[in-house]
Amino acid sequence: MSGYLESVLVLLCINTVLAYGAFLPMVAGQLNLGVAAFVAIGAYSGGYLSQTYNLPPVLAALAALLVAGLIGWLVAFPILRTRGIYLALATFALNQVVQGAILNLNVVGGASGYPVPAHIGFPVVAAFSLAVVVAIVALFHTRFGISVTAVSDDEGVADLMGLSVRGLQTAAFAMGAALAGLGGALYAHHFNYIEAQNYGVLFSIYVVLYVLLGGTQTVYGPLLGAAVFTLLPELLRGSAAWRYVIFACLIIAIMSLRPQGVLLRKSWFSR
Amino acid sequence: MVLEVRNLSKSFGGLKVIDDLSFSVARGERLALIGPNGAGKTTVFNLITGVYAPDAGSISLEGRDISALPSRFRIRRGLARTFQNIRLMAHLTVLENVMIAQYARAPGIASLLQPLGFGRGNRWRGEARAALAAAGLERYADQPARGLPYGVQKRIELVRALAAAPRVLLLDEPAAGLNPTESEALHLALDAIARRGVTLVVVEHDMQFVGRLCERVVVLNFGSKIAECRVAEIQADRRVREAYLGADELAA
Repeated sequence: MSGYLESVLVLLCINTVLAYGAFLPMVAGQLNLGVAAFVAIGAYSGGYLSQTYNLPPVLAALAALLVAGLIGWLVAFPILRTRGIYLALATFALNQVVQGAILNLNVVGGASGYPVPAHIGFPVVAAFSLAVVVAIVALFHTRFGISVTAVSDDEGVADLMGLSVRGLQTAAFAMGAALAGLGGALYAHHFNYIEAQNYGVLFSIYVVLYVLLGGTQTVYGPLLGAAVFTLLPELLRGSAAWRYVIFACLIIAIMSLRPQGVLLRKSWFSR
Repeated sequence: MVLEVRNLSKSFGGLKVIDDLSFSVARGERLALIGPNGAGKTTVFNLITGVYAPDAGSISLEGRDISALPSRFRIRRGLARTFQNIRLMAHLTVLENVMIAQYARAPGIASLLQPLGFGRGNRWRGEARAALAAAGLERYADQPARGLPYGVQKRIELVRALAAAPRVLLLDEPAAGLNPTESEALHLALDAIARRGVTLVVVEHDMQFVGRLCERVVVLNFGSKIAECRVAEIQADRRVREAYLGADELAA
């Protein structure tokens, strides 16, 4: 396999993991614009663990998943007190805070970036990505899937039906953060170099766009969205300078034709 | 007494919406809660189900005080309700809406993560489908809940509330907006539910419907109980007629 093709596929795998990281809170009705914060937390904590403690990179990636998930769980408590646009703004602020903190953290290189020597190859990245897809598909075939949708549709009724609204919201946010962290750690160990500058709000918006494009109604929406956003710019390489213009026009066209996302669903179970 | 409300009061911004209200419901009974618009009937339901905390007074279910119990635990104790303005989950199918209420019977993380299956043939899904079929709603099972006819949505709400296997069912204007045929079908359905031993508390304006379904009436006006009697006696009660028609018109 050519180096080019391999790195495109690696990005596809990582973007898929990140897309599910944004998908989980979004299904619970939260617009998380702080996804990149958790990607950065995962990338840096995973990189730090493999670099400083010689942890095997696969274990470091799993540890990064836990670290990002734990931090996500902790910040969920204050952040989920806000609603709607304020929630989006709070996660936006979180993104700025985390990025700013890492830029000033000299132990991981601060603004000059952080080299991560340990390597995770394409097959392992692909295996992680596949495992995430399978786990999420399985998760949405349990009662969790309908419950979290119920919470996003009508918190009041969900609560009266016996569901723990706050518990489900927190779980969705924390699991999303964990996946974002895993994606970050995979990136760090495959490309072996990370820079905090990359993990700004624009990064978060991109990941959210994957999900919006694919659709939040089915569990396969994020997969499609990540694929389109990763592969389409590559396929448009033929028209060098214009490719991002064409890409943006295509995205706008899809969004206006299908504002609910490309994939719609009948039921969490039937598709 | 399966449900007991004692000296309940609730104010919103200085306005006393419920004022020292007491009533009780015996097991298997069918009680109607009636009164003019704004009398506080839905607020009583919201207090009983825990949407609001009472300012004073207590609510007990099967002998246990539930006044301080968080709302989500009350359905787990066998107290379910329907809503005046239909509140089905728009992004779930009809079947999934019904399945949401099943959680109250088996709450907990293990139940939340229990697989509901990819194809057909899961116990919970089968049960929800059977409940819809029994209500004549099976053909809507896999459709999204939003956009269905009003009468159908009302029936789905009832099936959903029953999926929690309640022992006490609060119905907020179940017959409102239904045509005579639908209203008759609802009467039969509720009658069958009550015969199975479920206690019914019904807020309803249609007095003919109340008269056929319920045994006893509690009449509210401005948040206070102004009368409590058997259904047959209600028309003879002067205070009730005054509350609905006004004292002047009665005098005229």
